[in-house]
Amino acid sequence: MIFNQQIECLSPGPLKDIQSQRLCGTVNYIYKNSRVFQKKLAQAEVSCQQIKTIDDIVHLPFTVKDDLRESYPFGIFSAPMNNIRELHISSGTTGNPIVVGYAKEDIDLWADVIARSLCCAGVVPGDMIQIAYGYGLFTGGLGLHYGSQLLGLTVIPCSSGQTNRQLKIMQDFKPKVLACTPSYAIYMAETAVELAIDPKQSSWKIGIFGAEPWSEAMRQEIEKRWDMDAIDIYGLSEIIGPGVACECHCKDGLHVPSDVFYPEVIDPKTLKTLEQGARGELVVTTLTKVGMPLIRYRTRDIVTINYEKCACGRTSPRISKVLGRTDDMIVVRGINVFPTQIEEVLLKINGTEPHYQIIVDRQKGMDQLEILVELSESSFSDEVRKLQSFEHRIAKAIESVLSIGVKVRLVEPKSIERSEGKSKRVIDKRSL
Amino acid sequence: MKITQISVFLENKKGRLYDAMRLLGEKGIDIKTLSIADNEDFGVLRMIVDRPEESLELLKANHFVASLTDIVAVEVGDHPGGLAKVLKVLDENRINIEYMYAFVEKCADKAILVFRFDDLDKAIAALTKNNIRVVGQKDIVNL
Repeated sequence: MIFNQQIECLSPGPLKDIQSQRLCGTVNYIYKNSRVFQKKLAQAEVSCQQIKTIDDIVHLPFTVKDDLRESYPFGIFSAPMNNIRELHISSGTTGNPIVVGYAKEDIDLWADVIARSLCCAGVVPGDMIQIAYGYGLFTGGLGLHYGSQLLGLTVIPCSSGQTNRQLKIMQDFKPKVLACTPSYAIYMAETAVELAIDPKQSSWKIGIFGAEPWSEAMRQEIEKRWDMDAIDIYGLSEIIGPGVACECHCKDGLHVPSDVFYPEVIDPKTLKTLEQGARGELVVTTLTKVGMPLIRYRTRDIVTINYEKCACGRTSPRISKVLGRTDDMIVVRGINVFPTQIEEVLLKINGTEPHYQIIVDRQKGMDQLEILVELSESSFSDEVRKLQSFEHRIAKAIESVLSIGVKVRLVEPKSIERSEGKSKRVIDKRSL
Repeated sequence: MKITQISVFLENKKGRLYDAMRLLGEKGIDIKTLSIADNEDFGVLRMIVDRPEESLELLKANHFVASLTDIVAVEVGDHPGGLAKVLKVLDENRINIEYMYAFVEKCADKAILVFRFDDLDKAIAALTKNNIRVVGQKDIVNL
């Protein structure tokens, strides 16, 4: 089923007209309402009159994460606060987190793009969905919730965790759809086996997985273990949360609802727009948002784009799975982790060197974060107990910043491999 | 009456103890005794050597984290109840032992134990008062 047949299968000409009209509207709107964008447009010497069609988008300046951080908490919003209905927070590199404000229209938009995504994945009204994404400030849970309600599903808002209960609910209620991070799907399969539940007999037939990068190999693993269709959903809080793109049953790229989220792929160095098929950074412009519209937002995610009509009938452009990042961000259990966050913590603790290495591994389907820290002269003790409590103290400090559990291991000075004097910060052992 | 111990941080990986030993061996440094305290990730090597300062310089120059610590070496009768007698004195004087280990070599019929106390001076005073011999740096070097 296609949720919005008219829009999702629109031929390129009329689609372009809609995009052009909406882009002009958005540019005028943000110029009128957001000081941040007034300044940005002035600096780029762009006037609203210059933007006539969607092709003129290349004249607009980019928006980056720092623009949001510098205007913390609400400075980049275009709508007045009394029109903001909901706030979400995404983890940032250092300092202020990213705050995202949704007006009533944005919540409706969110539900709409999620409903489109669910239909893309093969879900139909009347199906039952178990949402095991975290509910709360994280956009995963509520985003899927709103869209499922709009589509007319029976929602089980489990949130994440409590795996035994998740499995019991699956066995007793027999939901057809599961939504969670791909690593949690693997973890639940492991737990099921331990509990003598055969994952292949599960009621879940469609999995909507996202919030962290995962590979084709991981898809095959999940599909084999659970005997389900594993569908990739993409999103980022700054744009709306999940629902920025989603695969259809063809599993040949993620459909972007380009009538509302206009995608571009650019060369992150030259900033020039790239041709279909070339790897580059995904840049997204929101065309209808009210609370916090963004123009040409640089996602830092590396993808390719395909404008060909899909076998499913949709004409919307498709992006590849995320192939990498332009920065050194890693996503662990759905949480964004930047090495600089860890560095900041270490610099604040006396007795550690800012030489560290982050090792990400996946054990039993769960991401594990181990941080190697070079021990300095001043914090050395000949008592193992004191060294252990030092490790513990570092781990607690890092956990309070990242909000996820880490293991800290002290290592000898100069033992972390360096190239050109710089340590290699992240070793990702996960077979994504 | 205190003795200088050298402590070295060793990551739990192949060849690190050998690396440290090789360095000391090449310089002709005599290791009188040693012990290793460890957990799953790392170990702390504690040694009594004939030239602690020189050993420290050498290890540091080779990127080891090392430090010098004062410890107390105590002569203990090498017979049943020998250690108990020493521990009784410590217990009565409320002195905590952080860690302890033994010397391989002996003085006549006495064993020598190395102690790290929370309060070294108090420990030395209590032991001496109870006629328990505290061994000095010179005695150790001449073992």
